[in-house]
Amino acid sequence: MAFQPVYIVDGARTPFLKARNAPGPFSASDLAVQSGRGLLMRQSFAPSELDEVILGCASPSPDEVNIGRVVALRMGCGNKVPAWTVMRNCASGMQAIDSAIANIQAGRAQLIMAGGCDALSHAPLLYNKAMVLWFTGMMQARSLGQKIGMFARLSPSAMLSPVIGIMKGLTDPMVGLLMGQTAENLAWKFGISREQMDEFSVRSHQLVVAGRAAGHYGEIVPLVDATGNVYSEDDGVRLDSNVPGLAKLKPFFDKKYGRVTPGNSSQITDGAAWLILASEAAVEKWKLQPLGKISDSQWAGLDPAQMGLGPVHAATPILQRHAWGLNDIDAWEINEAFAAQVLGCLAAWESDDYCREQLGLSSALGTLPQNRLNVDGGAVALGHPVGASGARIVLHLLHVLRARQARRGIASICIGGGLGGAMLVETLS
Amino acid sequence: MESTMNATTYRHWQLEIDADGIAWAKLNKFGESANSLSTEVMTELGLLLDQLDAKPPKGLVFRSGKPAGFIAGADIQEFTRLDMPEKGLELVTRGWNLFNRLAAVRYPTLALVRGHCLGGGLELALACRYLLAVDEPGTKMGLPEVMLGIFPGWGGMLRLPERVGPQAALDMMLTGKSIDAKRAKHMGLADECVPPRVMESAARMLVVSNSPRRTLPLLQRLLNGPLKALVASGARKQVGKRARPEHYPAPYAIIEIWAKHNGNALAAPRLIDGIVRSNTARNLVRVFFMQERLKGFGKESDFKAGRVHVVGAGVMGGDIAAWCALRGLTVTLQDQGMERIAPALKRAYTAYGKRIRDRLQLREVMDRLIPDPEGHGAARADVVIEAIYENLEAKHALLKKLEAVMKADAVLATNTSSLKLEDLRTVLVNPARLVGIHFFNPVSKMPLVEVVSAEGGDAEMARRAAAFVKQIDRLPLPVRSAPGFLVNAVLGPYMLEAMRAVDEGIAPETVDEAMLAFGMPMGPIELVDMVGLDVAMAAGKGLAGANVEPPKCLVERFNAGNLGKKTGKGFYDHASGKPAKGTAGTVPPGLAERLVKPLLERTQQLVDDGVVADADLADAGVIFGTGFAPFSGGPLNYIKNQRA
Repeated sequence: MAFQPVYIVDGARTPFLKARNAPGPFSASDLAVQSGRGLLMRQSFAPSELDEVILGCASPSPDEVNIGRVVALRMGCGNKVPAWTVMRNCASGMQAIDSAIANIQAGRAQLIMAGGCDALSHAPLLYNKAMVLWFTGMMQARSLGQKIGMFARLSPSAMLSPVIGIMKGLTDPMVGLLMGQTAENLAWKFGISREQMDEFSVRSHQLVVAGRAAGHYGEIVPLVDATGNVYSEDDGVRLDSNVPGLAKLKPFFDKKYGRVTPGNSSQITDGAAWLILASEAAVEKWKLQPLGKISDSQWAGLDPAQMGLGPVHAATPILQRHAWGLNDIDAWEINEAFAAQVLGCLAAWESDDYCREQLGLSSALGTLPQNRLNVDGGAVALGHPVGASGARIVLHLLHVLRARQARRGIASICIGGGLGGAMLVETLS
Repeated sequence: MESTMNATTYRHWQLEIDADGIAWAKLNKFGESANSLSTEVMTELGLLLDQLDAKPPKGLVFRSGKPAGFIAGADIQEFTRLDMPEKGLELVTRGWNLFNRLAAVRYPTLALVRGHCLGGGLELALACRYLLAVDEPGTKMGLPEVMLGIFPGWGGMLRLPERVGPQAALDMMLTGKSIDAKRAKHMGLADECVPPRVMESAARMLVVSNSPRRTLPLLQRLLNGPLKALVASGARKQVGKRARPEHYPAPYAIIEIWAKHNGNALAAPRLIDGIVRSNTARNLVRVFFMQERLKGFGKESDFKAGRVHVVGAGVMGGDIAAWCALRGLTVTLQDQGMERIAPALKRAYTAYGKRIRDRLQLREVMDRLIPDPEGHGAARADVVIEAIYENLEAKHALLKKLEAVMKADAVLATNTSSLKLEDLRTVLVNPARLVGIHFFNPVSKMPLVEVVSAEGGDAEMARRAAAFVKQIDRLPLPVRSAPGFLVNAVLGPYMLEAMRAVDEGIAPETVDEAMLAFGMPMGPIELVDMVGLDVAMAAGKGLAGANVEPPKCLVERFNAGNLGKKTGKGFYDHASGKPAKGTAGTVPPGLAERLVKPLLERTQQLVDDGVVADADLADAGVIFGTGFAPFSGGPLNYIKNQRA
């Protein structure tokens, strides 16, 4: 069955705020609410006219597990607009869009607000198992003597070594690798050097700075905190990023001998991004002027230890369906989880072996021109608020296409656990 | 309900005995939306108790038959008919005896308090053995009699101190402030605080529980017994800071009746007459009715706003927007850039952070207050308020833009205080739609809002504006477009005269003291510092006329850049946040009369000119807009009483 296009009416995001070793000024729902209400405010329909709200979030806090519903109510959508939360790790935001597409295509909804958010700086510290068992014992202790006995058994080392929630989240549960270690795998596999990664990272920062100056970041809705501070730009971007500077950083994931450093990885960040999606009927009903449309989407699975190649596996079937080469796409957004991982994707497409063995092609797909890739920079500079990134790249890609008066682009993202997601986005002619 | 139930219906009360033998007395005052304890309601309550005496129930529960509120208090209309000393005495006697009788019945009693329970309503509840408070935002308990210049003479002065201790009780009775259900439980006023879903079941269980009332801690019992004199003298000192006995005798009487007569006003009949029929009480009751009349202006249209758009995030615009969000409206706040809007959001966070204890509720309010640098909100707003700086060209450009995107039936309002509606509206396609909605600073404290109409204006828009003002719990006062409208127009000449007095060599402190003694909430010189000397300069030119020489003391400070509180220095030093005042000198005789005279004359003038419709409204406007000595009943009432 042909893919029935779904219109992107509008979109917005928060500035991405780098985690600075303490909970940031905004919770995940604060981020989604402030950007979402700013987006809703400029629509021709009321928030209550939405058919549903879908929000991707990889780590909602325990008090807002269905964060989508919390946010919809806080944005003033009213009790009657259903809302839910989706989770597909780094692609949670893209999953929200895909779920919206599915419901619109099935005729179950006409107008949906979909996006993603995460406040990674708010990731919790968890008690380790020894402490959990101690608390259980304490609750069962009845007499004073028993309670005193429990305290005697309290181990300071168990008490003082909490599990860092975010480290759990960034570790593959099947192969036990940190995400950065899967990026090291790709660097090893394709012979990507530390210098190449650092150069790619400098490129990312420089392109964001240039994009900012050219006014390519109009998608940002500034945030205001309770003390009146305004946050209007992605604050992890370095104006002075350079290769010698990055060369000084130590490998983080494979200590000492590895190549992946915090400087050539995406930053741990808080942020939210939204799209408003509509059926053709809704576009007519509300006299909307869409920015563009989504014409195809694809999910793919691969070895969790090579999860960074997810975009290769997800984008290739889209190209195949339309009989396009890498060159036929005007602009690409490949989420920069790690510099090594994006470079790994490019290398995989250039590799006869990889394309034959893993994608079932007869030979290499070719070279993706760098002047079409992440033209305004990416997550290495902007940060990667996990749930938000998938929605951000789809939205930004559309802005890139419109700015270049180009036709079509693919936004793709790698996903922890060995998955990839991709969406084909087109402007309206 | 159970079929075994038997019921008796009175005109205002309904008495039902349920299958468990519990009597439910439901008050549903005939022909009124809220319950009040009129003579008839009280008489019927007596009959109801007679009926129960004949066949005592297992327990008696009082509840309200109204959707909103338990009992609002006594019937204030009846206060206006106390033309002879005997009538005041009779009013007190009736309630005192009836509630004593209720307190003494042999079966257990309970008041199921949901919604407001004020004055006589709380005195009824206090006479019951148990008080069950329903945990809802609308549940408020208090003894606000003092605000009407009277005292809670139906047992409140006796029973509230017994229940919560004398200090907490005096605090409630002397300030008139009310408390919510949780607080009532915490301080021991309520025995339980429960959500509505279990209130009937809780009432049923509690009334027959036979559980003893919480006894006061020893210290509180001592303070309410042998140490009464100590508490009374402390309370007198506290009251002395806020109200002078010659202006407000009631709080002093409350302290005395509690301390010397164990809360029984009947033991001091002379005090009763001195209070109940005092000028202060009569004037305050009149003010109460004027307030109801102002509210009435908000009921002339069914208009209900859902979204408000405010342009200009300065102190006024920002506070108006924040206030609307607090009152449940969704508000978009526009200014040039987020940096200009952020301070307004910060102010709201700070102010409401203190005011709202519940973090979720605070978050809800702040979620409704949406910064809107590009002004998208105007298109879907029901009310648009312009509150940018006072410049005709800037306002013209803005109003034109707003009108182009606004809904046709939305209210378009300006908060201007110095520009004429007639000049502002010339750029509109439909000039008749522009109204003035003029707030006072600080928005959250000043109850009055002037709703300004110009000649040829759309009357329906003015009605909608008034309805909107009422919706956000402010008092709308319709005024005609004229320089300074009512409030600023009467304040101008008054502040001018005060500054003339300073020019003559009278210390600012002495000038202020004269007016504080008169009963103003703030001296006129301090008021100049608050509004700003620049504003006073500009307003002076506009209001007094260009050919009038401004006071020297104003010009000197203005030229030195000392503009009042906002610059830290004006007539007083405000470095500490409060004006640093020296000791006032002896007030020259007749100074207050001289200073207030221009205000009185101007008020009369404005009524004569039709800026405000009648004398009562002028009095109400000046009281609620300036704080003009409420016990005097307003400027025109003051003139009338002076003549009498």
